[in-house]
Amino acid sequence: MDTTLKSKATVKELDVESIRKEFPILSVKVHGKPLVYFDNAASSQKPLFVIKAIEKYYETVNSNVHRGVHHLSNLATDQFEAARKTIATHLNADAGEVIYTRGTTEAINLVAFSYGEVFVKEGDEIIISQMEHHSNIVPWQMLCERKKAILKVIPITESGELKMDEYKKLLSAKTRLVAVAHVSNSLGTINPVEEIIELAHARNIPVLLDGAQAVPHMKVDVKKLDVDFYCFSGHKVYGPTGIGILFGKEKWLKQMPPYQGGGEMIKEVKLDKSTYQEPPLRFEAGTPNIEGSIVLATAIDYINQLGLDRIATYEHTLLDYATEKLSAIEGLKIVGQAKNKSAIVGFNVEGLHPYDIGIILDQQGIAVRTGHHCTQPVMDLFGIPGTVRASFSFYNTTGEIDALITALKKAIEILKK
Amino acid sequence: MTIEQAETEMIEEFALFDDWMAKYEYIIDLGKDVPMIDDKYKDENHLIKGCQSKVWLHSEMKDGKIVFTADSDAMITKGLVAMVIRVLSGHTPDEIMQSKLNFINAIGLHEHLSPTRSNGLVAMVKQMKLDATAHNLAKK
Repeated sequence: MDTTLKSKATVKELDVESIRKEFPILSVKVHGKPLVYFDNAASSQKPLFVIKAIEKYYETVNSNVHRGVHHLSNLATDQFEAARKTIATHLNADAGEVIYTRGTTEAINLVAFSYGEVFVKEGDEIIISQMEHHSNIVPWQMLCERKKAILKVIPITESGELKMDEYKKLLSAKTRLVAVAHVSNSLGTINPVEEIIELAHARNIPVLLDGAQAVPHMKVDVKKLDVDFYCFSGHKVYGPTGIGILFGKEKWLKQMPPYQGGGEMIKEVKLDKSTYQEPPLRFEAGTPNIEGSIVLATAIDYINQLGLDRIATYEHTLLDYATEKLSAIEGLKIVGQAKNKSAIVGFNVEGLHPYDIGIILDQQGIAVRTGHHCTQPVMDLFGIPGTVRASFSFYNTTGEIDALITALKKAIEILKK
Repeated sequence: MTIEQAETEMIEEFALFDDWMAKYEYIIDLGKDVPMIDDKYKDENHLIKGCQSKVWLHSEMKDGKIVFTADSDAMITKGLVAMVIRVLSGHTPDEIMQSKLNFINAIGLHEHLSPTRSNGLVAMVKQMKLDATAHNLAKK
């Protein structure tokens, strides 16, 4: 990676004030008030380190990959493949197991299609959980419809944890895949993925983890987890939108047919029949998101410079602080009270609609998300239209949480008049 | 009062507020006076599904004019609904179909009317115009 783009925030303790200066958007004003950005689970903001890398790519590298004979094309190819290596190393995977996608959604769709095509037949079962994001529900529903397979759902408890006993009962000789979130986007629950994988593997069933909410906040080691498929999105991990990663164990990828046809993914094209590349290129039809891929690796470098352990520790203090302050508000109920949680707090205030609270918070410069967060089955379980969700990043501060509390009290005052 | 006059009246009322809090408090107050939909119409057929808040809308013809009633589960949405109803209710289907509803923009609440915002209000205005078209056809 280019060493001229170095984050300044490489100090022992997370120096949040210095880090904040590296994120230009954090100093904008919203409705005349300082922005408090608590919608990190939807998308994270980008540091100059990443923004400058985008500029640098277009100013000095831009060209198409893999096919060119000229200097720039070779340079772009080298950086594109070096980025794959960086991302693979970060996940403790081999570069050949790392596929570039548009995001987590496309990664899951790819597995649902290509794995499903070979391994799922009529009467087979796929296991998901009740806390999944819609993008880890719908692709499996579509697969089940296509193959006449059956979707099984692990229920969750009132506190927002998977009912592991029920999970054990669902595993059967018909199960072809288990697909669950590593971290829930609406409840914040960190699932016991080691145990989930161990139980599935005892029956030779592969496991896919939706890591969209995990990779930005904790170290993920796919070899240690022994997970079969792992997906995440670039834009949630301080990188660009439109790029994501699918990790797949080589033994599965080799047996899976292409997801889309086109350039890049072929070995040889004849008009009567074509042959395909080995993975990962087999799954990367068309000109890829070259800039996105290279800059995603830059973003990964950035969080590694800060240190994921330090990020996790700091974000946990924010979670504890927010949980304590929010719980002190009368009539406020936190939705998602798992013992093991990431820095996401979903809540409701008795008698108030989350949408109303979100609008009044926005007027005060506070960006939260309201609604069902693409997890309608979770909201149905709790019998609520949605929640207000504050999700934190390492650039947030306890001072900002205080601002949320003040703004929330004002919202309650206005709405309860 | 024509639709445009009702819009002007609304714009003038909102011009009195110079801060956002007063504006939203007024919207919420207007919601409290929304012509309430009869409970028997609060069903799936009358539900306009926005992404976040629910809006129920009913319309009927009285003396050649359409009368709207509604409700919402969110207070701000209910206020916005009440504002649109105050402007449109009691007018002929043709008048409603041709209305531009510029007042939302003029009041500075345009973000609620942008088609990409999923709060049900855009869908509601669309439904009111569809109702007007339907009543017009039924008349002919």
